[in-house]
Amino acid sequence: MKRAIITVVGKDTVGIIAKVCTYLSEENVNVLDISQTIVGGYFNMMMIVDVSASRVEFNKLSDELAEVGNGIGCVIRIQLEDIFDMMHRI
Amino acid sequence: MISKLEIQETNRMIEKMNLDVRTITLGISLIDCIDSDLTKLCGNIYDKITKLAGNLVATGDEIAKEYGIPVVNKRISVTPIGLIGASACHCEDDFVEIAKTLDKAGKAVGVNFIGGYSALVSKGMTKAEEMLLRSIPKALAETDVVCSSVNVGSTRTGINMDAVRLMGQVIRETAEKTADNDSIGCAKLVVFCNAPDDNPFMAGAFHGVTEADAVINVGVSGPGVVKKALEQARGMDFEFLCETIKKTAFKITRVGQLVAKRASEMLNIPFGIVDLSLAPTPAIGDSVAEILQEIGLEHPGAPGTTAALALLNDQVKKGGIMASSYVGGLSGAFIPVSEDQGMIDAVTLGCLTLEKLEAMTSVCSVGLDMIAIPGDTSAETLSGIIADEMAIGMINQKTTAVRLIPVIGKTVGDQAEFGGLLGYAPIIPVNRFSCADFVNRKGRIPAPVHSFKN
Repeated sequence: MKRAIITVVGKDTVGIIAKVCTYLSEENVNVLDISQTIVGGYFNMMMIVDVSASRVEFNKLSDELAEVGNGIGCVIRIQLEDIFDMMHRI
Repeated sequence: MISKLEIQETNRMIEKMNLDVRTITLGISLIDCIDSDLTKLCGNIYDKITKLAGNLVATGDEIAKEYGIPVVNKRISVTPIGLIGASACHCEDDFVEIAKTLDKAGKAVGVNFIGGYSALVSKGMTKAEEMLLRSIPKALAETDVVCSSVNVGSTRTGINMDAVRLMGQVIRETAEKTADNDSIGCAKLVVFCNAPDDNPFMAGAFHGVTEADAVINVGVSGPGVVKKALEQARGMDFEFLCETIKKTAFKITRVGQLVAKRASEMLNIPFGIVDLSLAPTPAIGDSVAEILQEIGLEHPGAPGTTAALALLNDQVKKGGIMASSYVGGLSGAFIPVSEDQGMIDAVTLGCLTLEKLEAMTSVCSVGLDMIAIPGDTSAETLSGIIADEMAIGMINQKTTAVRLIPVIGKTVGDQAEFGGLLGYAPIIPVNRFSCADFVNRKGRIPAPVHSFKN
């Protein structure tokens, strides 16, 4: 399994989760965990996904997710989980 | 499992506090390129660099995407050219040919600097090395991405004052040759004492002769992250202050370790070291001076500055050492004046002087760095400043360096513009009394008594 973290931040609107999840399912990226909050009208979501069976390269995934974000007024980032593990776990 | 707060913390460091991987530097040994025929030698050098570093830039960019952290610079360091060119070069212009080859190879693979136009002459100079030193002004004026460094002293050998005297002249000549661009050639030239073999930061990077054929060294940086973390330590005691710096340095260095490992894996080149230096840039919030202010100084240069910097440098090392198995290079706090907005402000206000900067260099990782001085400063005075700085390094068993820019045609009250990461700097006054009789003595300063450890 190759786990990555997706963060989505932006103004809340209808269908953010749907749009992101539709894209992920099209590319065969499995969602393992989702947590989401809305503070002061701002949407804040964190997903843990498994990209090991992804149909596209990680680079492309990153670009296309950013593109999906542009379409719904959100900033979407995907990062391999290692960077968080390294920084916060000994 | 990683929590949402931890993810937000990491991403805040990257987005808001300028945490980045400052450089992935590929060290390349050129020893197997040596040939007595200059054309052949240059061909070998070009081929080896372009073959090994062909994917360096793309790899850096890919890693940046994978982890969502900027990898700002991709660079190359090579074996000191003073050794590599020894048998092929018969005049200064022959060495300049090698510099041009390095420039061409660096541009071909897309790196922004290539370091190693260097000579290690801490005890004595070979004929070739002296030629290389004399060729530096022309080499730096006729190339764009080549960086030069010269090691003129060490704790083990003492200080080669003949080289120190020559470097005073070389710096002046380099300044004159690039006078049209505020003497920018000098920004690519460093004089060292105790130069490390594995430093990934420019302009002083070279690939030491003790190193493997090729090696990946990574420099991380995040003065902004330390500054932000210290905002929570306002009014707290020294223990809390030090703990905060250590924890932050640990986190920053872990990222460096991760990136270094990944780059090494992708390029199939062994991982060397992580250099955990705090390296500022002219960007707001990316400043070592601001950390010193956060520790409690009105501006760097105020009384207490040396102590605050000593504390900062030591805690950065203590935090970083546990984060990576192989810490190397310079690893501490950099205090380049032109590359740090807080330092520039302190000089402009008259709070920070050359003498105070010299004191600061005895407790931080490098030396007198990116300091613009009056264009009429004599070669002897430059050599005197170099000698002082080398003495600090020799006696304290640490690396020290001098990267001074005598800005031709400008004087105190003017400003030098270097552009980009090199920033700008107000011209700082230099002591006008002469040291000519001192630096004109021939020979070397003997190694200090504490070098006799055998």
